[in-house]
Amino acid sequence: MYNDSSLFYPATSFLFHPNAMWTLALVVAHAITNPVLFLANDAPTDDRKIEFARDVQPIFARHCLSCHNSVKQEAGFRLDRGELAVLGGDSGKAFLPGKSGESRLIHYVAATDSEKVMPPDGERLSSVEIEVLRAWIDQGAKWPETHSTESTQNQHWAYRPLKANVPPQVFASHWIVNPIDQFILAKLESHGLVPSPEADRYTLIRRLSLDLIGLLPTVAEVDAFVSDSNLNAYEKLVERLLDSPHFGERWGRHWLDMARYADSDGYEKDNPRPDAYLWRDWVIDAVNADMPFDQFTVEQIAGDLLPQATQKQRLATAFHRQTLTNTEGGADQEQFRVEACFDRTETTGAVWLGLTVGCARCHSHKYDAISQREYYQLFAFYNNGDEQNFVIPKSEEEIREYETARAAHESAVATAQIALQDAQKETGLSLAKWEKVIQAQIENQPESDAVKIPKNIAKVLKMVPDKRNDSQRQELLDYFSGNDPSTKPLVEKLNAIKKKVPVKPEHHVRVIGQRTMEPRKTFVLRRGEFLEPVSEVEIKPSGLSTLQALPIRNPNLLGDRLDLAQWLVSKENPLTPRVTVNHVWRTLFGTGIVKSANDFGIRGDAPSHPELLDWLARNFVGLDREPIANAIQTIAWSRKELIKQIVMSATYRQSSKRRMELSTIDPENQLLACQNRLRVEGEIVRDISLDAAGLLARTIGGPSVFPALPPGIAELSYAGNFKWTVSKDTDRYRRGMDTFFKRTAPHPNLITFDCPDANLTCVDRNTSNTPLQALVVLNNESFVEAAQGFAKLLLNSSTTSDAKSNLVHAFRICLARPPKDGEVMVLLDVLEASRRFYAEHLSDAKTMVGNLPALHIEIQENAAWIATVRVLLNLDEFITRE
Amino acid sequence: MFPFQKTIDQVRRDFLTTSASGLGLAALSSMLSAEQADSPLATKPPHFAPKAKNCIFLLQAGAPSQLDLFDPKPKLNELHGKPLPSELLEKVRFAFIKKESAVLMGTARKWSKHGECGMDFSDFLPNIATCADDILMIRSMFSEQFNHHPGQLLLSSGRGTFGLPTVGSWLTYGLGTESQNLPGYVVLTSGRGSSGGSSLWSSGFLPSHYAGVLFRNEGEPILNLTNPTGLPDELQRRGLDALRTLNENRYSEMVDPEIASRIASYELAFRMQSSAPELIDLRGESASTLADYGVERAQHPKATGRGNVANAHLSFARNCLLSRRMVERGVRFVNIIYEAWDQHSDLDQDLRYNSWVVDQPIAALLKDLKQRGLLDSTLVVWGSEFGRTPLGENRNGRDANTGRDHHPFAFTLWMAGGGIKGGQVYGETDELGWGITKDPVHINDMHATMLHLFGMDHLRLTHRHQGRDFRLTDVGGKIMKQWLA
Repeated sequence: MYNDSSLFYPATSFLFHPNAMWTLALVVAHAITNPVLFLANDAPTDDRKIEFARDVQPIFARHCLSCHNSVKQEAGFRLDRGELAVLGGDSGKAFLPGKSGESRLIHYVAATDSEKVMPPDGERLSSVEIEVLRAWIDQGAKWPETHSTESTQNQHWAYRPLKANVPPQVFASHWIVNPIDQFILAKLESHGLVPSPEADRYTLIRRLSLDLIGLLPTVAEVDAFVSDSNLNAYEKLVERLLDSPHFGERWGRHWLDMARYADSDGYEKDNPRPDAYLWRDWVIDAVNADMPFDQFTVEQIAGDLLPQATQKQRLATAFHRQTLTNTEGGADQEQFRVEACFDRTETTGAVWLGLTVGCARCHSHKYDAISQREYYQLFAFYNNGDEQNFVIPKSEEEIREYETARAAHESAVATAQIALQDAQKETGLSLAKWEKVIQAQIENQPESDAVKIPKNIAKVLKMVPDKRNDSQRQELLDYFSGNDPSTKPLVEKLNAIKKKVPVKPEHHVRVIGQRTMEPRKTFVLRRGEFLEPVSEVEIKPSGLSTLQALPIRNPNLLGDRLDLAQWLVSKENPLTPRVTVNHVWRTLFGTGIVKSANDFGIRGDAPSHPELLDWLARNFVGLDREPIANAIQTIAWSRKELIKQIVMSATYRQSSKRRMELSTIDPENQLLACQNRLRVEGEIVRDISLDAAGLLARTIGGPSVFPALPPGIAELSYAGNFKWTVSKDTDRYRRGMDTFFKRTAPHPNLITFDCPDANLTCVDRNTSNTPLQALVVLNNESFVEAAQGFAKLLLNSSTTSDAKSNLVHAFRICLARPPKDGEVMVLLDVLEASRRFYAEHLSDAKTMVGNLPALHIEIQENAAWIATVRVLLNLDEFITRE
Repeated sequence: MFPFQKTIDQVRRDFLTTSASGLGLAALSSMLSAEQADSPLATKPPHFAPKAKNCIFLLQAGAPSQLDLFDPKPKLNELHGKPLPSELLEKVRFAFIKKESAVLMGTARKWSKHGECGMDFSDFLPNIATCADDILMIRSMFSEQFNHHPGQLLLSSGRGTFGLPTVGSWLTYGLGTESQNLPGYVVLTSGRGSSGGSSLWSSGFLPSHYAGVLFRNEGEPILNLTNPTGLPDELQRRGLDALRTLNENRYSEMVDPEIASRIASYELAFRMQSSAPELIDLRGESASTLADYGVERAQHPKATGRGNVANAHLSFARNCLLSRRMVERGVRFVNIIYEAWDQHSDLDQDLRYNSWVVDQPIAALLKDLKQRGLLDSTLVVWGSEFGRTPLGENRNGRDANTGRDHHPFAFTLWMAGGGIKGGQVYGETDELGWGITKDPVHINDMHATMLHLFGMDHLRLTHRHQGRDFRLTDVGGKIMKQWLA
C-alpha cells in the first residue's frame, strides 16, 4: 500500500471547517500513532461507555476465538462464554475487572516480545483495539448475562432489528442533498473533515452512465448535460439512465454473479446449456421492470409454489438451477444432487443473509450462531425441490418454419423410400440367391473372418424362412439392400435425408419443482457426507434461531421453499435488506458500508456507518415512509428508487480525486470524504471499447454469443469436446454479458479481468491490476478490432482534415472531458510517428487496417490512426469510472 | 533502457512540469519503485529457511495405474480372475465395475529393482527408473474423492470443491516470485483438455495475481503476447510511452495509487513480450539436450490411446524442457498437465504408449536439473488424483476385462529434489494393492510437507475469506518428517 504523504502536493481543494481546526489537529496526531482508523469502535475516551457486544466481542471474534472457543481451548482458556472466560486459563485469571494494568489479557495482546504476544499468528490487535479492551476491563469487564453462545451472539449488530435512526444534525447543512449526506457528513465532521467538491459534469455523466448502464455517454449527450442549466439537469439524467433498457443488463449482471450463472454444466463433461439464457433474459426484464426485490426473491426461490404459478414464475426458479451438474461417467447422481442442494443452501445464505452458513455443513459454526442442525433445517427446504425441465415452444414464426420444414422433410423421406422399395421389388430374386450363397459360407466357415455378418442377421439367416416374422424379414432385406450395389446408393440417400430431420423449435427450461411423491427426509450428515447421516432424527425445514421465527403456512405439512422465501423478505428479517442495500452501495462506491459484503457475521467487518445502513434498509423495505425525515422511497423494495436515492446524494457526486490528508487518516476511504475511482468490470472493459468504436451491437437478451476467441482455449475443455464457432455479423460485437460462458474453459478476456468463474456464488468481485490485463487490451483480437473500428468511425465521420481536432473528438468519445493541450500533443506525436512508419511500410499498413478499412482514406493514414487511437483505449482513465 | 527512453523522459519532464498540478519527476519515480516493491508478486521471506525454491508439478490427470507402474503385487497375478474377498467389496463403490461379477486382474508388466536403493519400477518406465536414488516413492496415498474433477481439485487445492486457491497460488501468495519478467505460476498442458480445466490453476478467493498463467509451448507463449499484426515493436513502444505519459499525468491529477499499478503492469507486460518468447526459444539448447528430452523424437510405432492427441509426445517433451528453463528464470511454480491416464479399457496398449510419452522427458528433466545443480532447490512432483483398482473393469457389454476403475483408497505418487530424501519407498499397501497397510498419507499431508520444504508453515500460510482463515491443507495436514533430506 502506497501512502507516503511526502509525495503529495498540498491539496488546494481542502477547505477547513472553521470549527474543525483543532479537531483535525487531534485526528492527525492520533493518526500518526494509529494510521488506520478504527471506525466501528472509535478509540475510547474516558467517558465513552464500552458495550460488550458492540465493541469487545468483535475483537475476540477477530483475533481470539479461533483458539479459545467451545471446541478448542488453548491454554485451557475460552472466550466464548462470559462465565467461563472469567475463570481464566491454565496460568490463572485473564482479566481482573477494573484493573487492566494487572490483567494478563492486556499483557498478552500488547506484548512486544514475539514469543509472548497473542495471537501468536495472524493479525495483531491494533492499538485502538487494545485500548478498547483496556477500557472494557477498567469499566468492570461487564459481560452480558448469558448462558449459551447463541444468546451472546444475538447481540451481534447484524442480527438485531433495523433501528429507526433520525438523520443527524450537521454543521455544513448547505452540502446536504438528501439524508444520506447527513449521515456521511456527520461522521466526517466528527473527524474534522470536509467532503470533496462535486465532480465536474463530464465526470458525473460518465460516472452515471458507467454505473447505471455500463456504456459510454455519447459526445452529444455529454454536451447537452454540460450545458443544461436547469436545476434538475442531474436528476433528469439519472432518470433517463434508470429508464434505459441497458439498465437491466448492467444490474442484472450483478445478480448473475450471485446466481453463478453459466451456459454449461460444469465438472468434467461440462455440457452446454443452450437454453440457460432464458433465465438471464428473465433477470434483465425483471430488473428493467423494477420488480420489487421481495417479489424478485419469492419468484426465484419458490415461483413454482405460488398459487397458479405462471410459466415465467416457474422460469424464475432457474436461479437455483445454475448449480453445477456432474455427468462424469460413473458419478453417483445422489452425491451430486446433495452437493447441488448444499450449494443452494449456501448461496441463499450468502446472497440474502450475508452469512457463511457453509461452515455449518460439517460442524456448528465456530463464530456465528448457526448450528449444524440449523444448516440442515435450511437444507431441508431444498432437499425436496427437484430438478425439473419443462418444454416451451419457441416463437410462432419458428414453429411455422418448422412445420414447413417438417412437411418437406417427410415428403422427401417418402419419395426416397418409394424409390428404394421399387428397386427392392426387383432385387427379390437376387436376395434369395444371395441368401443361399451366404448360408453356405456360414456353414462352411462359421468362425471365418471372410463372412462378416452382424450377429442379428446371422441369427435370422439361420432360421427357416417361414419362421421369420415381419420385422426379421425387413431386417434381412434392409441389410441386403444396404450392401447390394443396385440398392446401396438409394439406401445411403434415404439415410442421409433421414438424418436431416428438422429440430423441433422448443426450449428445455431447467427449473426447480416441488417433489410431491415420496418426499425425502432430511438428516444431519457427518461432515456433509451424503451417505453418512449422523442419526435417524429427522430434520424439519426451519429457519435460523438467531433471526425471527420462520412461519410455516400449513402447519400440517412440512415447510416448503415458499415459506423460506417469505421469511427471507419478511419485514422482521433485518439481514436481507441490510445485505441488499449494502450490495447496491458497494456497486456505487466500490466498497460496502459493510466492507465484507459476503460476511455479516461476527468475523465480518462492522459497518462504517451503521445508522445510515439501517436508515437505507428501513427505507428500502418501506418502513418509516412518512414520519422520519425525507424518506425518498415510495415503492417498497424498489431497486431503482434505492439506486436513485444513492446517486442523487451529494456523497455520490463528490470528486474521486484523492486528498493528501486522507491517505493517512482514512487510507481506505471508509469515511467517504471523496468518491472512489473504480476499474470497470471485465465485460464492460470490452463493451466500452466496442462502444467507442461504434461497433457494439445493442441487442438485449437472447441466446449467448461467441465472440472471437484465441486459438487453443476451447480445446482446454475435457477431451476437446467443445467447439467455439465465432458468431457472425453483429453478434460478434455483443455485450460481454452475452458471451457464452463455458465453465471449464471460460473466455480468457473475462477471467483475466476478474469475472467470477461461476462455480460458486460471488457477491463481491475482486478487482486486480495485472500485466495480463495490459496484454489483453494492447493485443487481443477484439480490442484490435475496436481500434480499427474506432479509426474508421473517426475518419469517416470527420468533417475536417485537421488531425488535432479529430484527436480531440476521439478523446472526448472515450473520456467525455476535453483534453488538455499537452495530452493532444502526446497523441499527435504518436500519430506523426505512425504516419512516418506506415508511409514506408504499406503491407504492414494493410494488415493493421484488417477488415475494417475506412472509406476513401489512404491505407497508411488509416493504419496510423489505428496505432494512435489504441492508446486511448488503453488509458487507465478509459477503463476507470472516476 | 528502452529504445525511446531518452526522448520520452524529456517529453515527460516537459509535460509534467507544465502540468498545473504536476508532480515532480523524483516523486513519481519513487512512487513507481515503491509500486514495484509493493507488487503482489515481490519476493517475501518464508517462515523459516527453505530447501526448495521452485516446484515442477507433473500432474498426471486421469489416474495412472500404480499397479502397473510402481507397486508390484505378485499375489494379484496369482489370484487373477478370482473375486475380491467380499468384506472388501461391501464397503466400496465403483464408477463402472459391477460388484457381483468383479474379478481381480493381474498385470502383464515385468518388474525390476533399480538404483542403489533397489526401488521397483515396471518395464514401462525404464528411464525414470534410472533416477530411483533421487526419488521418494509414496505408495500409501489416499483421497476421498471418487470422480476426476473433484479429485483433481483436491490434489490441486486441498479440497474437492470449487473456489479455493491452488498450490501454485498459495506459494506465490506466500513467497512471491523471483521471475520479474515472467509470471510466477505457469501452466503447461499437452494432449487433450483435463477434467478440471481451468479450475486446476485458479487462484480461488485470492486475487488473480496468483492465478496460474497458461503458457503455450509454441507460437505465442502467452495469450495476447504478440503485437497486433502490422504493428511493429517500435510503434508498440511508442504507444506505450505515450500511454505512460498520459497515465502519469492522470496520476498527478487524481493521486490514485491504482494508476501507478497500471503503469507498472504495462511495463511488465512489455518486458514479458520479449522475455516469454526468449523463454520458449530452444535454439540455445544443445543438440544433446534436445535429444535427451526427446523434443524432436519420432512418434511411437504403436501410438494409441488417450494421450495421443496433437503430437503430445513432442509437446510433453518441450514442456519438460521449458519447465527447467522457467526454473532457471525464477518461476516459482510450473504445473505440467498431461491428461492421458483414465484406462477403463485397453490398459496394456494405452499405458504403454502414455508411459513412453512421459518416461524419457521426465528422466531427462531430473538429470538435467541435477547436473545443473538445480535439483536440490527444485521440488519435482509426479501426482494424480487417485489410482486404479486391482479389479478388472467388467462394464456391461464387455467381453473381457482390459482396464481398471478408479481407486482412491490407495495409490502412488512420487517426488524428487527440493529437500526430499530420495531413494526411499514410503508406505505400504496390502498384497492386492487394495488398501493401505502402513503409513497412510492424505493429500493434505503431502501439501503440508511441500509447503514445509518451501520454508512455509502450512498452519500460518492463511488467508481470511468470508470470516474464516483458509489454508491449503483445509483442516488437516501433517509434515512427513521421514521424507525430508
